[in-house]
Amino acid sequence: MAEQKNLKNPMPVRAPQERIADFEEVALGYTREMAVAEANRCLNCKNAPCVKSCPVNIDIPNFIGKIAAGDTEGAYHILSQQSSLPAVCGRVCTQETQCESTCTRGIKGEPVAIGRLERYAADCHLAGGAESPRKSQPNGHKVAVVGSGPSGLSCAGELARRGYAVTVFEALHKAGGVLVYGIPEFRLPKKIVESELETLKQMGVQFMTNTIIGKTFTIDELIHDEAYEAVFIGSGAGLPRFSGIPGEGLCGVYSANEFLTRTNLMKAYQPDSATPIRTAKRVAVIGGGNVAMDAARVAKRLGAQEVTIVYRRSEAELPARKEEYENAIEEGIQFRFLTAPLEILSDEKGFARGFLCEKMTLGAPDASGRRRPVPVENSDFIVDTDCVIVAIGTSPNPLITSTTDGIITNRKGGIETDENGMTSRPGIFAGGDAVTGAATVILAMSAGKKAAAAIDKYLQDKK
Amino acid sequence: MYKIIQKEILNPTVTSMHIEAPAVATKAQPGQFIILRVDEEGERIPLTIADADPQAGTVRIIFQTVGATTWKLAQKKAGEFISDFAGPLGNATYTNGLKKVAVVGGGVGCAIAYPVAKKLHRLGCEVHTVCGFRSKDNVILDEEMQAISVKHILCTDDGSAGQKGVVTDALKDLFDSGEKYDRVFTAGPLVMMKFVCRLTEVYHQRTIVSMNPIMIDGTGMCGGCRLTVGGATCFACVDGPDFDGHLVDFNEMLTRNAVYKDFERHAYEKTCNLFKEADANG
Ligand SMILES: Cc1cc2nc3c(=O)[nH]c(=O)nc-3n(C[C@H](O)[C@H](O)[C@H](O)COP(=O)(O)OP(=O)(O)OC[C@H]3O[C@@H](n4cnc5c(N)ncnc54)[C@H](O)[C@@H]3O)c2cc1C
Ligand SMILES: Cc1cc2nc3c(=O)[nH]c(=O)nc-3n(C[C@H](O)[C@H](O)[C@H](O)COP(=O)(O)OP(=O)(O)OC[C@H]3O[C@@H](n4cnc5c(N)ncnc54)[C@H](O)[C@@H]3O)c2cc1C
Ligand code: SF4
Ligand code: SF4
Ligand code: FES
Repeated sequence: MAEQKNLKNPMPVRAPQERIADFEEVALGYTREMAVAEANRCLNCKNAPCVKSCPVNIDIPNFIGKIAAGDTEGAYHILSQQSSLPAVCGRVCTQETQCESTCTRGIKGEPVAIGRLERYAADCHLAGGAESPRKSQPNGHKVAVVGSGPSGLSCAGELARRGYAVTVFEALHKAGGVLVYGIPEFRLPKKIVESELETLKQMGVQFMTNTIIGKTFTIDELIHDEAYEAVFIGSGAGLPRFSGIPGEGLCGVYSANEFLTRTNLMKAYQPDSATPIRTAKRVAVIGGGNVAMDAARVAKRLGAQEVTIVYRRSEAELPARKEEYENAIEEGIQFRFLTAPLEILSDEKGFARGFLCEKMTLGAPDASGRRRPVPVENSDFIVDTDCVIVAIGTSPNPLITSTTDGIITNRKGGIETDENGMTSRPGIFAGGDAVTGAATVILAMSAGKKAAAAIDKYLQDKK
Repeated sequence: MYKIIQKEILNPTVTSMHIEAPAVATKAQPGQFIILRVDEEGERIPLTIADADPQAGTVRIIFQTVGATTWKLAQKKAGEFISDFAGPLGNATYTNGLKKVAVVGGGVGCAIAYPVAKKLHRLGCEVHTVCGFRSKDNVILDEEMQAISVKHILCTDDGSAGQKGVVTDALKDLFDSGEKYDRVFTAGPLVMMKFVCRLTEVYHQRTIVSMNPIMIDGTGMCGGCRLTVGGATCFACVDGPDFDGHLVDFNEMLTRNAVYKDFERHAYEKTCNLFKEADANG
């Protein structure tokens, strides 16, 4: 292992044929030997560029140093200074564009596998029967958090640590946000999310599920009737977009959110689940992000024989994490690049039977800097399929902004905030996907954490 | 956990329950609905808020046993608990300024139509109601509907109660006798609503339908409840459940709502058999 100094120690994973038969986790995690060998690749750089490219600035060389020295609990302690969900981030962070992107090791070879080491330390901690966190001394102030995704959870955790009485309001029957309803079990086991939630409960955070802010209570009621002194909105970007092509109303056409919610949150893959999901033979997924990869890999596990991802740009532009793209290929997912759907075709019973596509080619760069796909004339063809999953993005849900006066949003429905996360209404803060549009777990966490500090300052200044 | 305060069996397949849910009771408006799960493994299903009592902190639901979840719920007794009850969801029915309306309900759809009819009556609007059922045994809420109506027509397919025939016949009679309405409201089976809309189109009567597609979250997150209205995609849970009936693509809805038929038949039979076994074993 150690002689390959330029390459990461590979992550042990289950064989593709084995893993597509169930929903168990794909990556198995480093053993102690692997973790120590990988930790020893870290050069302990003085200026540690990696730390600056982690959105929550984890003290990377130090936690890695602890792993190298065999002190996993010490490593966990360093992680938990900056992150309330290390076992989650170690698994799903887009490390290649964040911490690992600037790692000195990466200049001549592969960067240090920071994410894998983070996961290792967090898993060791959880396996070792984590000691209960201490409840902080109450400071007598009350804050409401809307949404229990990573932004809400990290905000709640930070505030609880500072002694605030925090209540998290969640619309669904289960807390966790995308971590429980979106990201599948085989990438992020739900028991990990549960143990992170348990930690927060032990710190005194209250969870009110089945509570839709904007419906059950408005933000103004939380402030005036329930005496919350500040509110953090972490309601995510859950509203699925459809492409508007003909046939999206046919049976067998899902948004990725519906498909994933049925399987992850409602456990439709278990034979005794009360929630149904149609098992299709040939599934086509429209889109190229992490969500599309997840939907395709879930479809495979539900027994689809043929799963195709249809993406309008080329492989180089694929927004999904590289690791997940590679996993998908290993699992037999097919890719049709430079292909755009024109219409979903119906069988005589109103079910999708295929879709009409056209070939694309890449033209001049557009506003996002990516080369814009343009259709190739007369290149129509039909892809046979009995299920279509639309994974072309989501936007912030207007439920809260439409029921709260004075919260300014941008053109895309995202909530406008200042650099501290405060909205146009004093005392009301926001962060995560609700502000940025669909982004990443770690950016949402970092926004929640920053807002917690700003809420603390706001309430202390008010006194 | 949410407590079942009161339970009544309205007819062999329709049950009424009052559930303790103070926050929902305070906010509930006619036209809105809740989503519940019976137990920890249960499916999420939407039911209309039939009534709400903010003082008592209770919400009334009236539901028909059609599948596994409604069957499990109907087995629950007063004093027992269900695991989840979230709401109020959807938009309240728009009632401002209406002077005279016809409310047309079919089957358990009468439970969906009743709270709206009652509110309109309370607001001083002249309410005419047309309620249709298969037969005498299926009739629900007849006295309640009568109490709030200036005209009330009960119809059954077989003529065993009220007049014989379907709701569209009775509604047509009202139109032909010269009645004109500011608004027609209808709730019930899709096919019925579709034919009510065809009729009211002919008589140029603006018609609001309460759409009940399959739902999961009820907050606009899954898109499973989408339908096409006037050529645009709408989500019934956040944009509805009320829509302009003359713009709804009913044919698309009819196929979409049948998508899980086979699965549900199976789940229903399995659940019923489990309960039967449990009953047999004492
Ligand atoms: C399938 C999928 C895969 C992904 N994979 C990755 C990945 O590998 N790596 C990565 O970094 N990111 C990934 N992401 C993105 C990442 O999950 C999100 O960016 C992140 O979860 C955003 O966190 P959040 O706290 O802003 O919102 P969310 O996680 O969306 O949580 C918002 C919560 O608020 C609740 N809510 C909404 N409205 C209300 C209301 N009115 N009242 C009460 N509660 C409300 C919602 O029910 C939800 O639970 C993925 C996303 C999806 C969908
Ligand atoms: C906004 C809304 C309000 C509703 N209000 C009421 C109400 O007040 N009282 C009431 O009895 N029912 C109401 N419904 C319908 C109710 O939600 C369904 O009957 C219930 O989900 C069936 O669940 P199940 O598991 O028992 O049956 P399933 O096993 O899920 O279904 C059994 C049969 O019912 C059909 N079905 C499933 N879901 C629906 C649906 N949403 N609409 C129509 N048919 C469906 C299935 O195709 C199948 O044939 C409402 C639905 C919506 C969307
Ligand atoms: S939290 Fe994410 S970005 Fe930060 S060090 Fe860990 S894996 Fe890297
Ligand atoms: S940049 Fe890479 S090698 Fe340097 S301290 Fe960070 S992880 Fe270690
Ligand atoms: S029920 Fe999921 S979007 Fe309406």
